[in-house]
Amino acid sequence: MVFLTTLFNGLAYGFLLFIMAVGLSVTMGMMRFVNLAHVSLCMLGGYVMVTAMERFDIPFLATLPLAFLITGLFSIALERLVLRFFYGTDDLTQVLLSIGLVFMSISTIAYFFGPEYKPVSVPVWLTGQIDISGLTLERYRIFLVCVGVILTLLILFGVERTRFGAMVRACVDNPRVASGSGLNMQVIFAMTFAVGGGLAGLGGALSASLLGLDPNFPFRYLVYMLIVVSVGGMGTIVGTLIAALAIGVADVCTKYYFPAAGGSIIYIFTVAVMLWRPQGLMGRKLGHA
Amino acid sequence: MRETANLFFRLRVRWSAWEIIFWLAWAGAFFYPGINLALLGQVLIWGLFAMSLDLVLGYRGIPSLGHAAFFGIGAYTAGFLGKYGWTEPLSGLLAAGLVSGAVGLMTGRIVRGLYGVGLLMVTLGLNLLLYDFVDRSTKLTGGHDGLQDIVIAPVLGLFRFDMSGHTAYVYILIVTFILFFGVRALVNSAWGLSLIGARDNSRRMTMLGAPVAGDLTWAFGISAFVAGVAGALLTQTTQFASPEMMSFQRSADLLVVLVIGGTAMLYGGFFGALVYVVLRDQLAALNPIYWYFWIGLLLVLIVTFFRTGILPTASQFWIRLTAHQSKRNKLPGSTSL
Amino acid sequence: MNMPLAPDFVLKTRNLSMAFGGVKVFNNLDFELMRGDCHAIIGPNGAGKTTFVAIITGLLSPTGGEVLLDGQDVTRYSVKQRVAEGIVRTFQINTLFDSLTPMESVVIAICQRDKVAKPTFRAVKHLHSQIDEAYALLEKFGLADDAIVATQLLPYGKQRVLEVVLAYALRPRVLLLDEPAAGLSTSQGRALFEQVVTLAQGTTVLFIEHDMNLVFSYATRVSVFAGGTVIANGTPDEIRAHAGVRDAYLGT
Repeated sequence: MVFLTTLFNGLAYGFLLFIMAVGLSVTMGMMRFVNLAHVSLCMLGGYVMVTAMERFDIPFLATLPLAFLITGLFSIALERLVLRFFYGTDDLTQVLLSIGLVFMSISTIAYFFGPEYKPVSVPVWLTGQIDISGLTLERYRIFLVCVGVILTLLILFGVERTRFGAMVRACVDNPRVASGSGLNMQVIFAMTFAVGGGLAGLGGALSASLLGLDPNFPFRYLVYMLIVVSVGGMGTIVGTLIAALAIGVADVCTKYYFPAAGGSIIYIFTVAVMLWRPQGLMGRKLGHA
Repeated sequence: MRETANLFFRLRVRWSAWEIIFWLAWAGAFFYPGINLALLGQVLIWGLFAMSLDLVLGYRGIPSLGHAAFFGIGAYTAGFLGKYGWTEPLSGLLAAGLVSGAVGLMTGRIVRGLYGVGLLMVTLGLNLLLYDFVDRSTKLTGGHDGLQDIVIAPVLGLFRFDMSGHTAYVYILIVTFILFFGVRALVNSAWGLSLIGARDNSRRMTMLGAPVAGDLTWAFGISAFVAGVAGALLTQTTQFASPEMMSFQRSADLLVVLVIGGTAMLYGGFFGALVYVVLRDQLAALNPIYWYFWIGLLLVLIVTFFRTGILPTASQFWIRLTAHQSKRNKLPGSTSL
Repeated sequence: MNMPLAPDFVLKTRNLSMAFGGVKVFNNLDFELMRGDCHAIIGPNGAGKTTFVAIITGLLSPTGGEVLLDGQDVTRYSVKQRVAEGIVRTFQINTLFDSLTPMESVVIAICQRDKVAKPTFRAVKHLHSQIDEAYALLEKFGLADDAIVATQLLPYGKQRVLEVVLAYALRPRVLLLDEPAAGLSTSQGRALFEQVVTLAQGTTVLFIEHDMNLVFSYATRVSVFAGGTVIANGTPDEIRAHAGVRDAYLGT
């Protein structure tokens, strides 16, 4: 029974990782742009939520769409003002640029909010545990899984069934052909960044009470973001989902059952997958660099 | 005319006045009254470490996000030797380099076919694995608190590592110079030229029949050796080794150091290290977390305006300037600093 | 020893087949390259010329048949092995070392050929014979004045020449030029071919070209690829007169 609880906790964590990382996967797959600053957007969402709740007394559930919106808007601004000038440059330049932005974001947040962990108060009806068919599960984690499933369905529906989703898929599959067939790449990029960034913010807001919120959030979770995206495969939503859930479950389970091994199992798994399939589990095989 | 060709290669490898001034300045600093030798020693170690990455990144074009692993392996090797009775520093240094170098050779073999994100993730992943292992193995490595009770005997039996830091500085400077000299010679050899060729166009190198994968493995091995010695230098002069020395943080900082100074120049690492260590020393006094803002901004600015780093951009500019001159005067222009 | 009466083939393919997935590019292709020839491969796009070259150089493995170099079966040899055996190619798009000078580029090529590029502390300046040979080569191909200018700063025409020099420096048994005159003006193209033909005497050259003037001026033998087979093979005059070729390809 403990195993099922641990598994469930892992799923909750996995959905969080998915929501936070899916935007990064799509933008990396679409624009071939390594944007490590994505993890700062997650942090931003968390702080938006906390500020909204503490300063403006906005109820918890209402802060979630707010975090999505504000982070989404911020992402567009970031993309238009800074990132788009670096499309097409080599991987290292993008890594360095985005690391620089991450550094700046950490300091900026620390300046305005202080370097300590921010306590996050979740509404009462989400605290504590509940008994479901013999399992004792935390309410917040149940909430996370529900939100995760709903968001996943929305995202998959959005990508498979809407026109915008079709345009996104076209741009990911073949940017040259997509642009040649008349799609306005600039607008699509900006919108994708907005949605992806918004999701990152939402994920950050959701994760705040579970993972803790402080200016060092990017340092702690950047690696997990990268692992989920590279193992899952850039540009694939299903791939990111599978990887995120797998990593989430693996991480929680190994920390519970093999605390001595720590994060090693995740890293070994990542290295193994990268060596076996460098394009990720469901990624598209890239041509020679 | 034929003489021009040979002259070109002679000039390419000749020690310029700037280089000589550079090294004399470091030597002279020793005698400058009141100078912070400990800080300068840190700069040299970072510079040596950055130079090791330069070999792989600048000259061979492979970005590695996990180079701190080699630094850490060297640091802990020297640490273990000092802790468990082998206190002789010079042999400890060599051992650290060799162990780290061996791991570097293995890494080179592993990352052979990789590129782009896959490569970054594997180098990062291996680094994190090592850090995690060392951080947790309290019984083996002292865990998060690091390795203590390291004893280092006097260098050559004569020069004790004392509080003043005099021995440490000279020790670091001499080792750094020797390794620099070696790497400089490597880079100026036909092998070094092949590395640059593989960086610019590995397809063409394969078409020339070059052992591209084998050369890469050796580049990693040599780079790891140098990084390992740098780590050992730090451990020996501070009598301490900690997991932080092989953290992702350090790998990222290293990348920043090298990029600020400039890649494929050998000296870029030292300039970057100077900027980094001095800035950190000055700004950390204020508040460590704000220091990240300025480093981040510096990185963004560099990437925007000096795409390849300050020194190479200046050097590229210089190439174009002298290219016109050399066409007119039939005098060789140099493509390296 | 008796002189062989049969023509001397340095490169041969026998029953060569290549298919991608279910798509057959060619089937049972027989091709012969005579020693010392300047042999042109022409044909419309999609005829399989690039695939053929990829198989000869080892980039692709054929689904059937053999590639023979001086009678030796090299079908399973890797790219590196084939270069060692003397099959060297140039590319349609410049594949050069942008930040290096022609001098450095050719020296690398020669050093790799002479196997003196292993990890060492010995500076390049000591490799006098390689440096002298490199310079002499650049002189012969008219690049001496630009020997120490970074490749990326050279005009396109000179870069194209350098592309050929890099391959030629390896003293190949078969020099494979993939559209060497691509992007060059008529006079530049002619100049390049003049150089190749005069200087590469003794080297067997196999080249792909679309410029018919160049083909008929400089080739000693022409093979026409169309629809995955060699539809004609012979001297330029024979090809010019070949009815099938005229229909398939030459037009006016």
